Amino acid sequence: MTVERPLVAILDYGIGNLHSAQKGFEHAGADARLTADRGLIDAADGVVLPGVGAFAPCMTALGRTGLDDAAADAAGSDRPFMGICVGMQVLFAGSDEAPGTPGLGVFDRFVRWIPGRVKRPQMQWNVLERRTDHPMLAGLDDPVWAYFVHSLAPEIGDGADVVATCDYGGPVVAAVARGNVWAAQFHPEKSSRVGLRILANFVAAASAGGGAG
Amino acid sequence: MRVARVIPCLDVDAGRVVKGVNFVDIRDAGDPVELAARYDAEGADELVFLDITASSDRRDTTVAMARAVADEVFIPFTIGGGIRTLDDARRLLRAGADKVSVNTAAVRRPELVREISLEFGAQCCVVAVDARSSTEAPSGYEVFTHGGRTRTGIDALEWVAEAERLGAGEILLTSMDRDGTRKGFELNLTSKVSEAVGVPVIASGGVGTLDHLVEGVTEGRADAVLAASIFHYGEHTIAEAKTRMAAAGIQVRPA
Repeated sequence: MTVERPLVAILDYGIGNLHSAQKGFEHAGADARLTADRGLIDAADGVVLPGVGAFAPCMTALGRTGLDDAAADAAGSDRPFMGICVGMQVLFAGSDEAPGTPGLGVFDRFVRWIPGRVKRPQMQWNVLERRTDHPMLAGLDDPVWAYFVHSLAPEIGDGADVVATCDYGGPVVAAVARGNVWAAQFHPEKSSRVGLRILANFVAAASAGGGAG
Repeated sequence: MRVARVIPCLDVDAGRVVKGVNFVDIRDAGDPVELAARYDAEGADELVFLDITASSDRRDTTVAMARAVADEVFIPFTIGGGIRTLDDARRLLRAGADKVSVNTAAVRRPELVREISLEFGAQCCVVAVDARSSTEAPSGYEVFTHGGRTRTGIDALEWVAEAERLGAGEILLTSMDRDGTRKGFELNLTSKVSEAVGVPVIASGGVGTLDHLVEGVTEGRADAVLAASIFHYGEHTIAEAKTRMAAAGIQVRPA
């Protein structure tokens, strides 16, 4: 199945600025909608979980709007799913930032403060160091520069699902993927041409009807 | 890896960029969207728009501008100038600005920093500090407000630490002694502030040459360097700035 302009549902749960994400996905060829409508989310070719600010307020807002279930269900489906920034972090089991607040648990490890004597947040462009060959970064020539704003990052674990790391006082997880679920700690919607290509890669996966490539 | 950012600053009046930008082949030197797209294409890492709109009833133009820029330009941008309330910040962030920068209003009511940070996250809360040398301030630098006209009696180093404590995610530090002089950043001030806070510091005020940008990072220890006239008037491109910085051993994202 190939869809001309795939429907990408960007989960709107009242957190922060989703305008750039929507425009970025539109730019990348999607029919991108900001939505909290369960029917639309379930019908979408791809689902995006954005997030800014902090872990606990995002989880609280997801719970309040019922979009925690919608996100978990979409992540558990075979449709392409993408978490961005804190929207990536909440896919994990929990975070140093909010002990006692469980995440969605799509990935079973934890989000930790970036260690070492570095400035937090990491607020800069950094190079994505590929750990696997994944369609998320298809068509991009190294070095791939992306824009980061974050103070925490997921544990690397055994590294099996880590698509890319960046070097910030040591290796820091920049992107993970497993099956249909893609997630980026950086902001593709703020990473200029590189970021738009990553969004286009996601839209292509949504159009083709699967995220694993 | 620590990667220094190069940030052009554009002055905006009623939604239009002023102090004309002399790109060749630009159609409209006052169009913030066209200029932002150009700076993105040239390799700018972020943009700062400084709203100098005098009358508050024309502020809606700034919100509209934020939306128009966010529609078409996919690098981070900050809007500062005239943000007095949480609602002012909310409107700009909802319109698509990635960060807002607060200055005078934060000095007057520091809780504003906490409010913005709590609602939207520290990453979008920039505290702009205009500092001027002063024998009366313990650190030798005093905070000024209202575009550098009004002294506050507040020590600049104490204020940046307080701003961080309140939730600032970044400090935009302008030396009022150097602003507009083209003599280079006030490096002593910049390095002291960079040491005093754990959040990123943007150095501003006084850039006249590419070497000034280098010094801001190497001696000033800033995380980002902001400049206006050397870019706007076509003296140097972003690429030239980054090439010079890289030659000096500073990590940058190549233009």
